[in-house]
Amino acid sequence: MSTQTVMYEAEYEQIKRVCDRLVREANAKVVFLVDKNGQLIASSGETAHLDTTSLASLTAGNIAATGGIAKLINEKEFSQIFHEGERDNLHISIIGQRVILVVIFDQRSSLGLVRLRVRKASEELNQIFTIIAQKGEQPGASPFAEISDDDIDSLFSS
Amino acid sequence: MSFINYSSREINCKIVYYGPGLCGKTTNLQYVYNKTSPDAKGKMISLATETERTLFFDFLPLSLGEIRGFKTRFHLYTVPGQVFYDASRKLILKGVDGVVFVADSQIERMEANLESVENLRINLAEQGYDLDRIPYVVQYNKRDLPNAASVDELRRALNPRGVPDFEATATTGVGVFDTLKMVAKLVLQELRKGSEVGGGGGGGAGPSMPPRRPLG
Repeated sequence: MSTQTVMYEAEYEQIKRVCDRLVREANAKVVFLVDKNGQLIASSGETAHLDTTSLASLTAGNIAATGGIAKLINEKEFSQIFHEGERDNLHISIIGQRVILVVIFDQRSSLGLVRLRVRKASEELNQIFTIIAQKGEQPGASPFAEISDDDIDSLFSS
Repeated sequence: MSFINYSSREINCKIVYYGPGLCGKTTNLQYVYNKTSPDAKGKMISLATETERTLFFDFLPLSLGEIRGFKTRFHLYTVPGQVFYDASRKLILKGVDGVVFVADSQIERMEANLESVENLRINLAEQGYDLDRIPYVVQYNKRDLPNAASVDELRRALNPRGVPDFEATATTGVGVFDTLKMVAKLVLQELRKGSEVGGGGGGGAGPSMPPRRPLG
């Protein structure tokens, strides 16, 4: 059955605040949140020169592949992954088994600090995503209930 | 699983191109990429082997325009077609909204096509989807080849349910956009249906909630 994730302004603002704070407190360059299907949810920090859409898709692919490996060795999941580069490093963690939190940082920070700050941010984010999931289960009006065939056709007219 | 973001007023959907090895899934995406204006597309990513066989997936983000003030974005993925990449194929189907099955029309690939459809059905079921219920389009690719089976024959074997199907030659682009448009349309129609039932399609008598107010 096709289920939807619906993100409303109020929750988005809360998520954004947590991500912004994480950038500051972890001395990170970039923080972004992705859902497990590869959709970017939010990003903070020095994102201007980053292709966040591609990053989101590849991160989700990475997590999916790692999750597949975990299953093969009878692990539930690897909840934290660390990639070390020459300049930049990547810390990836899974929040509440549903969203992926990515932190990019360089020598201005450290893995220890990032892990510490991520732990706190994860708890807050998990609470917000629990609310989002609960809201998603409630029946509610959607702008897409009213779209017409003409609306859909107009997308393809050009 | 579509993702509706009221904050950025965006709707994101995921479409997966499935099919046997060398049937032309990546070629479909490449053609779409080459023919789409730069402002409507993101970077195309191909995780491929040195011999250009898809190793994990290809990815192409596309913007189609706006519906009721919402930007509609489609994320197109291909799976690796070769039989032994089954674990990867399963992962890519996660959260799919619509599937294109690209069949290789060559008569000697009939068995590979049939195996791949069956594999699609099984892998979808593992993710909780039913091939008979999700937005689904079949493309008979490589119609230009002399050893192509007749469309009737392909249809009987691969599309007994009669979902929308198209003849294609992905290398020259014939049928590529027709296929994409149709699956995108089916996904949006499905979205409307899902919305009518409410939320995630639960439809049960939940506690009454004040109408949600999307801001923007």
